[in-house]
Amino acid sequence: MTVAVRGLDVALGGRPVLKGVSLEVPAGSWTAVIGPNGAGKSTLLRAVLGLLPCGAGEIAVAGADLAALKPRQRARLVAYAPQSPNLPVGMTVFDYTLLGRSPYIPHLGRESARDRTIAGEVLDRLDLTGLADRPLDHLSGGERQRVVLARALAQQTSVLLLDEPTTALDIGHQQQVMELIDQLRLSDGLTVVTTIHDLTLAGQYADDLVLLSGGRVAAAGTPGEVLTRAAIQEHFDARVHVLPGPDGRPLLSLERR
Amino acid sequence: MTSPDREPSPAVPKDAPGAVPARPKDVPDVPPDAEDVPPDAEDVPGRTEDVSVRGSQSARGTGAAAGRRKDADHRVRGRLRALPLAVALALLAGSLLAGLVVGAAGLPVTGILEALADRIPFVHVDSGFSVVDENVLFQLRVPRVLMAALVGGMLSMAGAGYQGVFRNPLADPYLLGAAAGAGVGATLVIVLVPGDPGYGVPLAAFAGAILGVAMAYALGSAAGRGNRAATLVLAGVAVSSFLSAVQTFLQQVKAEELQRIYSWILGGVGSADWHQLALVAPYSLVSTVVLLAHGRLLDVLSVGDEEAASLGLSAARVRLTVLVAASLATASAVAVSGLIGFVGIVVPHAVRRLAGGSYRVVLPLSLLGGAAFLELADLVARTVIAPGELPLGVVTAFVGGPFFVAVLRASRRQVET
Repeated sequence: MTVAVRGLDVALGGRPVLKGVSLEVPAGSWTAVIGPNGAGKSTLLRAVLGLLPCGAGEIAVAGADLAALKPRQRARLVAYAPQSPNLPVGMTVFDYTLLGRSPYIPHLGRESARDRTIAGEVLDRLDLTGLADRPLDHLSGGERQRVVLARALAQQTSVLLLDEPTTALDIGHQQQVMELIDQLRLSDGLTVVTTIHDLTLAGQYADDLVLLSGGRVAAAGTPGEVLTRAAIQEHFDARVHVLPGPDGRPLLSLERR
Repeated sequence: MTSPDREPSPAVPKDAPGAVPARPKDVPDVPPDAEDVPPDAEDVPGRTEDVSVRGSQSARGTGAAAGRRKDADHRVRGRLRALPLAVALALLAGSLLAGLVVGAAGLPVTGILEALADRIPFVHVDSGFSVVDENVLFQLRVPRVLMAALVGGMLSMAGAGYQGVFRNPLADPYLLGAAAGAGVGATLVIVLVPGDPGYGVPLAAFAGAILGVAMAYALGSAAGRGNRAATLVLAGVAVSSFLSAVQTFLQQVKAEELQRIYSWILGGVGSADWHQLALVAPYSLVSTVVLLAHGRLLDVLSVGDEEAASLGLSAARVRLTVLVAASLATASAVAVSGLIGFVGIVVPHAVRRLAGGSYRVVLPLSLLGGAAFLELADLVARTVIAPGELPLGVVTAFVGGPFFVAVLRASRRQVET
């Protein structure tokens, strides 16, 4: 298990957000966390990053107890791409990618030639080399998403946490980003955990789905097991038609009431 | 490990040379006890593997050409390059020399250069200067020029530091209340300590600067969300007005000290001497070293606290260190020059426009550029209405006011988009 969460309670501002959440993500797999708005999806990711004080329960990443790790050690195990990243105005794509090397650079030191090479290679892989000197505020939505991914990849972690990687992208760019994540996962053996709103998209790409509802795990398993008409009705209050796709993964479409 | 129905798409030769070392699949986890291992030791170079990645057409088109240059480019990206540094140094040297040459005594340039060279150990050059000329040069002009450079460098570097800490291009020692706080601290010491307070002035100014920033930040945070950039500045203006009132009150209460206080407030750099320089040089040096060392960390901080934490950085610690160092720089400037506004906004903003936004570039270039800027401002201050002198703060405000509006407009655009 690369990411293992057991009995996790998280309260934010005195309000319990996650209640007894357990989750196991095998190494090299893709798990998508789904659920209605406010179910605690982003909170779960931030807890796995070690950014939140956890009331009870434990989180282990790559076999190590998360709470016992120093921030820099943690940043070498888990990389994170937030839902709405802060993109500093005027910073270039290359400098932004280089930020991902931060956990390896001595506190007051400077990056090594190796750090620069790694950042350059990541840009190469994501086809961003041509944009290396472009300021972040001069990028399209799809390019921006790839740049954020580049920073996370530069961290060279085995676990990638992506919060809504496809929000605000058109259908073509959604597919492009998801394919990209999938290829990187397969070639590098990355363990990927994403939150995602689009249930069909989640079902197409993830190995396992975890349905969070009201801060609890309502269902977990393969896309076919989790994405059922009844479960969607119960937790999302939505009426959908579920069709098995050509490869057995479910395709969802809304039904007019 | 991988689901059977999901295979990697066939590898396509990439346009850019050099395959990417991918992480080996059989080494999935970095050992968690890697903190003390040198960074190079822990990344196992894996087998190489061609990965095809779909990119946008535009990126793909320029990728090949850029690929050939990339190795050379990657070495210098984000770093302080030679050209901007040379320009800043030349600007500073030119403005320092201009500051030395211009003055009522009419000393010739060659004589000044010869007299300066004569002071270099083991070098003897006859400048032909009389004792009076020598004194004008070394007791009046050199200290004044050095002081203007020091004050300008400190204020603009402090401005850049505050801007990094608050992620706000409008932060400035003057607008944040730091300068006014330093003014209150310095005034208190002058009022309370008879005679020459010596090192007490910069220390009290430092305490006051920290207090001023803390008040502005607390007020700005309490005042709510919305346009955070503007809120912080409004809070800083309120705090500055309040602290200036406190300072005025102090000096009116101690009317017999009024002349000393006034000569300090309006002092600018005209009354600079070697003693004053020696007084603040150590503080300036410490804050310079600390601030320049934090350039990269301020870059990391610019993605926000949470993302910085995900990159392994403790934002609170960096923020506090930079805040203290910037306040120390502010205090060392204010302690000798009184209140001079806008330098901390004008210079870093110009540097950003010309040389890029990385704090590793902005901080050192602001130091040099700020020194040159205030040097020229002082030159204007003492020539425009010669033989009279304008207060230095008046000159910087003339330039800084319109500039501030420009920066405000630019930052509002960023907030809206």
